[in-house]
Amino acid sequence: MAIAALDSRLAGPAAALSTIDLLRLSTAGSVDDGKSTLIGRLLYETKSIFEDQLEAIERASLRQGADQLNLALLTDGLRAEREQGITIDVAYRYFATPRRKFIIADTPGHVQYTRNMVTGASTSDLALILVDARNGVVEQSRRHALLASLLGVRQLLVCVNKMDLVGYAREAFEQVRDEFSSFATGLGTANVAFIPVSALYGDNVIEPSANMEWYDGPALLPYLEAVPAGSNAGEAGFRFPVQWVVRPMSNEHHDYRAYAGQIGSGRVQPGDEVLVLPLGKTTRIRAIDTYDGSLDSAAAPLSVSLLLEDDLDVSRGDMLCDPFSPPSSSQDVEAMVCWFSETPLNPNGRYTIRHTTRKARALVTGIDYRLDTNTLQRDTDVRGLNLKLNDVGRLRLRTTQPLLWDEYRRNRVTGSFILADEGTNSTVAAGMILPPGEDW
Amino acid sequence: MISTITNLQALEAESIFIMRETAAQFERPVLLFSGGKDSAVLLRLAEKAFRPARFPFPIMHIDTGHNFPEAIEFRDRRVAELGERLIVRYVQDSIDQGRAFEEPGVASSRNRLQTVTLLDAIRELNFDAAIGGARRDEEKARAKERIFSFRDEFGQWDPKNQRPEVWNLYNGGIRSGEHVRVFPLSNWTELDVWRYVEEEDLELPSIYFAHRRLVFERSGMLMSVSDHLPLRPDERAFEHQVRYRTVGDMTCTAAVSSSASTLAEVIAEVAAFRVGERGATRIDDKFSETAMEDRKREGYF
Ligand SMILES: Nc1nc2c(ncn2[C@@H]2O[C@H](COP(=O)(O)OP(=O)(O)OP(=O)(O)O)[C@@H](O)[C@H]2O)c(=O)[nH]1
Repeated sequence: MAIAALDSRLAGPAAALSTIDLLRLSTAGSVDDGKSTLIGRLLYETKSIFEDQLEAIERASLRQGADQLNLALLTDGLRAEREQGITIDVAYRYFATPRRKFIIADTPGHVQYTRNMVTGASTSDLALILVDARNGVVEQSRRHALLASLLGVRQLLVCVNKMDLVGYAREAFEQVRDEFSSFATGLGTANVAFIPVSALYGDNVIEPSANMEWYDGPALLPYLEAVPAGSNAGEAGFRFPVQWVVRPMSNEHHDYRAYAGQIGSGRVQPGDEVLVLPLGKTTRIRAIDTYDGSLDSAAAPLSVSLLLEDDLDVSRGDMLCDPFSPPSSSQDVEAMVCWFSETPLNPNGRYTIRHTTRKARALVTGIDYRLDTNTLQRDTDVRGLNLKLNDVGRLRLRTTQPLLWDEYRRNRVTGSFILADEGTNSTVAAGMILPPGEDW
Repeated sequence: MISTITNLQALEAESIFIMRETAAQFERPVLLFSGGKDSAVLLRLAEKAFRPARFPFPIMHIDTGHNFPEAIEFRDRRVAELGERLIVRYVQDSIDQGRAFEEPGVASSRNRLQTVTLLDAIRELNFDAAIGGARRDEEKARAKERIFSFRDEFGQWDPKNQRPEVWNLYNGGIRSGEHVRVFPLSNWTELDVWRYVEEEDLELPSIYFAHRRLVFERSGMLMSVSDHLPLRPDERAFEHQVRYRTVGDMTCTAAVSSSASTLAEVIAEVAAFRVGERGATRIDDKFSETAMEDRKREGYF
């Protein structure tokens, strides 16, 4: 691939590369608020659906006895989802307009499947939160808005849906808007926008709706085409978690030893001084290798192989970083976590932790509070304080090896981790690291 | 200044990361190779992830015995060029051993039987991860699948109970007997694959490009005339200019009418397609609404 051509464009102090015109978005909101229908409508109206898929959902809609095309079937593809008419797991859909490419994660609204909503939101730039105009902001809208903002999703877009069922009334829209805004203030989330829509009939989805002339903002698609893409992570300096050591051990490449990985944040070029952690020694970059040849410089999120000037003991899980702004290194970390498992957190338990490319063991050393996702109140009642399925709380952990971390808000790559059960290996929690003593 | 990378560069970087995670997290991974365009892309990504060293895994092909000869030729040539290890396991052996049973009737296909051979091979060779070229844009059940997709000791996928997969923290933790299917091309679309083939100048089996072929029509699709697929009395063979969008088992993979004989022509054609890749070419997905999900639950690719 033409990495050389890319290189000349890399000059300048850019911290990271942003992908040309790609917006990753995920849906959120309570069950039946119309997430899948809205995504289906968007795909349908942008002609992003193949004819055979359309025929298939026409057949399936008929079989369900629906009197019109059930667009939710475009993303609700599993047998159980179609039987129950709900979304169970994230569906990823890809579509493009002349302006931009989109990756949509359509996520479930059902409380039981909150972890799948978190899966979809963890990699999104924008959360599209649906609220049923008749019901207003409900507990699940608040929970999802909280999770999206905890995950650092930069933009929240609230679509007030089913406007057709409230006579397209301005008051219904404004009531939801005001209610949601006051909740969002507590989240400290900057960018919240509101659009009144009918996913079922397509009002304000592609074009301004004649049914709501009182609304003078953009329709959904033009909004999505214009909103800034990319996440705000990656403000930190150079971070390179070592993923794999390339050592050919062939005669031709006898002494070749390169550290392969994906640049987490920042950029490097040959000659740069780098600090090797946890070793604590500095060295210089000798070369940046790729299959397509050596590079003059490279930035996140490229996957490259780095060669160092000195022979040092470096292996998977270690980190090469900017010596002038290194990450923190400690065995004790504090974090907000979302609990995914039916088995509650064991307050004295031991878990497997995966952080960057490092795997270690973690001991829970304290639960600071459980966050009430509805009221945002911190429950600090010491007795019986615990995290259950879908709870969010602040934890303290001690790990068997030091983690090399940055605050999640500044760096998604070095600020995030997962916990897994040591017996079943299933993923039980997602964590976002906080500076010691700092509240979320 | 804000620098940018292309969509393909971002996809490539992600896929290389996934390949390396697989190599690092598992003891005995394997790369599944079908002879199609997605496999060709996987091999290039493996080169990008691990060269100048050798691949940290062998390449395995599950041969149904009903493959396009062009795909087998291509497989052998690519593997030889790469100097990597190839393992082939045959569906015919599973049938001979009484492990798999051919479905009766003229529409029978060995596609589904591959699952038996695949799971047997994974068990026999103790593989703990199998890298495949499936993409989420192909099919609605695949749209639901994780990048590291857990399989229990029976090789089954449980779509209602998948592990959460947050950020790029892939959880490859398993117990003995379980394994993980890894899909580095999850976020690629058919068009992305073709654009990458062009940028990387990748060789593909010739049947991806327009050629004249003896075909007949079945269920509205153009099937190649071969010993594996006898004509029914009401079916008539005729010569037609076609190409393939996917390369699978000859008995269930259809050709599309096309005059696209160069890469540029194919890309222009793919960009304008109004019918999905599997919808246009796979008879096996038409059995029922959830045919793919059902096969995947059993352990299919
Ligand atoms: N009248 C009206 N009905 C709608 C609208 N949008 C969705 N619906 C209906 O609301 C129901 C639920 O829609 P879905 O799209 O399945 O809801 P969802 O939010 O995806 O549900 P989960 O994914 O299970 O959380 C369906 O019967 C839709 O037809 C709308 O704008 N107006």
